[in-house]
Amino acid sequence: MTDPTLDKLPDGFKGMSSDMGSDQTTFKGVNWGKAMMWIFLLSDTFVFSCFLVAYMKVRASVTEPWPYPSEVFGLEVGGVPVPLLLIAIMTFVLITSSGTMALAVKFGYEKNRKMCGLFVLLTAIGGLTFVGMQAFEWSKLIFHDGVRPWGNPFGAEQFGAFFFMITGFHGTHVSIGVIFLFIFARKVFRGDFDTGRRGYFTTMKSNYVAIEILGLYWHFVDLVWVFIFAFFYLW
Amino acid sequence: MSDDLNIKKSSKIKTKSSSVSGGGTDIDYVRPAELPEQDLYHGHSFITKWIFCQDAKVIGIQYTLTAVFTGVVGLILSWMMRMQLGFPELFPFLTAESYYQFVTMHGMIMVVYLLTALFLGGFGNYLIPLMVGARDMVFPYVNMLSYWMFFVAVVVLMASFFVPGGPTGSGWTLYPPQAILEGTPGSEYGILLMLISLSLFVIGFTMGGLNYVITILQARTRGMTLMRMPLTIWGIFTATVLALLAFPALLVSSIMMTLDKVLGTSFFMPTIIKAGELLSYDGGSPILFQHLFWFFGHPEVYIVALPAFGIVSDLISVHSRKNIFGYRMMVWAIVIIGALSFFVWAHHMYVSGMTPWFGFFFATTTLIIAVPTALKVYNWILTLWRGNIRLNTVMLFCLGFILTFVNGGITGIFLGNVVVDVPLSDTYFVIAHFHMVMGIAPLMVIFGAIYHWYPLITGRFLDEKLGKWHFWTTFLGAYSIYFPMHYLGFIGVPRRYFEMYDSPYVTSAVGMNEFISVAAFIVGAAQFIFFFNVVRSLRLGKRAEKNPWKANSLEWLTPSMPPEHGNFGKELPVVHRWAYDYNVPGAKKDYITQTTPPSEVLGAEVEKT
Repeated sequence: MTDPTLDKLPDGFKGMSSDMGSDQTTFKGVNWGKAMMWIFLLSDTFVFSCFLVAYMKVRASVTEPWPYPSEVFGLEVGGVPVPLLLIAIMTFVLITSSGTMALAVKFGYEKNRKMCGLFVLLTAIGGLTFVGMQAFEWSKLIFHDGVRPWGNPFGAEQFGAFFFMITGFHGTHVSIGVIFLFIFARKVFRGDFDTGRRGYFTTMKSNYVAIEILGLYWHFVDLVWVFIFAFFYLW
Repeated sequence: MSDDLNIKKSSKIKTKSSSVSGGGTDIDYVRPAELPEQDLYHGHSFITKWIFCQDAKVIGIQYTLTAVFTGVVGLILSWMMRMQLGFPELFPFLTAESYYQFVTMHGMIMVVYLLTALFLGGFGNYLIPLMVGARDMVFPYVNMLSYWMFFVAVVVLMASFFVPGGPTGSGWTLYPPQAILEGTPGSEYGILLMLISLSLFVIGFTMGGLNYVITILQARTRGMTLMRMPLTIWGIFTATVLALLAFPALLVSSIMMTLDKVLGTSFFMPTIIKAGELLSYDGGSPILFQHLFWFFGHPEVYIVALPAFGIVSDLISVHSRKNIFGYRMMVWAIVIIGALSFFVWAHHMYVSGMTPWFGFFFATTTLIIAVPTALKVYNWILTLWRGNIRLNTVMLFCLGFILTFVNGGITGIFLGNVVVDVPLSDTYFVIAHFHMVMGIAPLMVIFGAIYHWYPLITGRFLDEKLGKWHFWTTFLGAYSIYFPMHYLGFIGVPRRYFEMYDSPYVTSAVGMNEFISVAAFIVGAAQFIFFFNVVRSLRLGKRAEKNPWKANSLEWLTPSMPPEHGNFGKELPVVHRWAYDYNVPGAKKDYITQTTPPSEVLGAEVEKT
C-alpha cells in the first residue's frame, strides 16, 4: 500500500498483534468494501457448508442406493459414453473465468480502463457460458433422464433433491455474479472508476477497488464449485 | 499530588503512546487519521430523511419500533396462552389449534423478531457509530436496505395470521415432519410464510450485520483501540459475528423445508404412513433438521445474551460510578462464550436420541460455558461492590437482570447435564429456565438501556416514578410467573399441552396455573405503563442537559444532543482512554471522558488502557 501512515508496520505475528492493538482499523489499509466482502464470504461459506454437510449426512443414512454419478452425468460422444464430460468443460470454463477476473483486477489497479473492461466482460461471458451449460445439464437430467427433486429412476430420491438445490443455489450465485460483471463492465468502459462517478443507488464514489471486491466474490463462487464438483460428481 | 508522581505518570503514558505510534514526546499524541472523512449522503426530503433513511440512528429507531410492535403481538399471544392454561375453556375461540399457533408465533416473534432485531438492529445501529466514533455505518445504503428487508420479513410473518389455516402451529422449533404435515395447524400456508419470513430476516440481517462488523473493525475514530471500546460494542460485535455464522444454518434449513413442502422433496421427511396410506416422502432425516436448527438455535441464545451482557456492564459501571471490574476478562469472556456457543447445540436434542458419547461431549462443553458466564456475574457484582450506586430505574433493571440471569443460569446448569435433562425435558422447568435466562434477563437490560439512553435520543428523561412502578411490577411479576413454573416442571407438567385434562398432577397445578396467569396479565399490563411513559416523556419529560448521567463514552459527547446526522459535528473525537475512568483517585471530577487527553489529568491515577 502507498499510504505513508502504514509504511512502518511490523510483519508477522508482531504485526498481527500490533494491528489488533491499534486504533482506527484492524485490517490495515483494507478498504471497507473489501473487508465486508471477506466477512460476507465467510458467512456464505457457512451456507454452502450447511448444504454440503446436509447432503453428506443424508447420502450416508439413506436406505436406497445412491445413483452412480459418472453414469448419470455422462454424455455420449459418437456412441461412446464419456463420464463427466460436460462437468469437466463447465469446470474448465469457470476456473478460466477466475483467471480472466484476476487479470481484470490487475488492469484495474493499473488504471488500464480498456483492458480491465475487456477482462471483466470476458469473465462475464465465461460465467454466462457456465450458467448456459448448467441449464443444458439440468434440462438433460429433467427431460431426458427423468430426474426430479422428488424422485428419479436411478435410486435414492434425495439425489435429485440435493443436486438441484445445491447446484441451483450455486448457479444463482453465478448468475448474480454475471449480472454484476456486466454492470461493472459497463461502468469500467464508461470510465466511472477513473472519474470517481457516484453510484446511482448508493451515491458513493466509484473506485477500482470495486473490481477487486467483485473478483473476491467471483473467486469464491469458483472455489465453491470445486467443492461441489468433488462432493457431487467425484464421490 | 507530588511532582514525582506527575513525572512517573507522564513518562509511563509517553512510553505507552510511543509504543503504539512509533514516536513523539507529546503525551497527548494520537496517531493521525488513516482514512479520509466518510462520504455521507444527506437526505433532503421527508422520504429520504425518515423513511428510506440512511442515517444509522434513524434506522436504529425504525428497527426498535418495528421490533417492539412485533413484541406487543408476542405479548398479546402470551396472554391468550396463559388465559387458556389458567382458565381453560373460558373463551371458546381458544381452541387447541389456535393455542399451538399462539405458542409458535409467540416463541418465534420474541426470540428472532423482537430480541435479535432490537439488540442488533436497534441498539446496534444507534450505538455502534456513536460509541466507536464514526459518522455513520460504513455502508449506509445497505443498512437502509437491511431495515426494509426486516420490515418485509415482519409483514410476511404477520400476514400468516390472515391466510387460510392461520399461522403455523408446529412450535417455534418447527420440527419436521409434523410442521409440514396435515394435522398441524397452518401446515399449508402458515409454515410457508414463516419459512419465507425467516429467510428474508436472515438476508436482511446479513446486510446489517456486515455493516456492524466492518464499522467496528475498520471505522473507529483516532485512539479507539479494540480494548478501549465500551463493552456494549464488544457484546454487539461478538453477537453479530455469531449471527453471521449461525443464521446460515437457519437459512439452509428454511430453504430445505420449503422445498419439502412445495416440491415434495424428502430432505427431512422419512417414510410416513398417514391414515393407512403411504405418503410420497421417503428416506429423509428429521434429525438433520434438528441439528441444523440448533446449530442456529443455540448461538441465537447468545446473540440475544451477549449484547445484554455488554450493555448491562456499561450501565452498571456508569450508575455505580466505578470502573468495570476486570474489563479485559469481560471482553475475553464475551469472546469465549461466543466461540463455545457453536459447540453445544446438541444439548437441545438429548431426548432426540444420540450416542451417549455425544451427550457426554455436549454436556461437557455446555457446562464449560458456565465458567466465563459466572466470571461475568462475579465481575458485575464486584463492580457494584463499594460503588457509589445510584439506585435509579436503570440500576434497578441492572440488578433485576443479575438476579434473573443467575437464576436462569443455574437452572441451565441443571439442564446441561444429560441425566437431569432427560426427565425434565419438555416440562415447564425448561420453560421457566429459558424465559428467565433469555426472556426476562435480556428484557431487563433492554428496559434499563432504554431508560439510560432515552435522554440521548430525545433530550428528555423518562419519568422515574413511573419507571419504578414499571420495574417492580415487571420484576416481581416475572418472578411470580416463572418461579412456580420450576415446580410445575418438577411434578412433570409437560410443556406445549393445550390442557391437562384429568392428569394426576392437575390438582396441585390448577391453583398455580391460575396464579401464574394472573401474574402474567399484570406483568403484560405493566408494560403499557412503560409505553405510556415513553410517549408521554417525548413532550413532557424532564429536560436532560448534555451528558446527563456523567458518562464517559463517546455517544454522550456529541456537540448536539440528540446527535445529528454525522454524529460529531466538524471534528471526529480523539480517544485517549477506555470508557470506565470513574472516581479516579487524584482526578478533579468523578469521571474522565474518553476524549480527555492525559495532559489534563496529570495527577490522576488513571488506568493504563
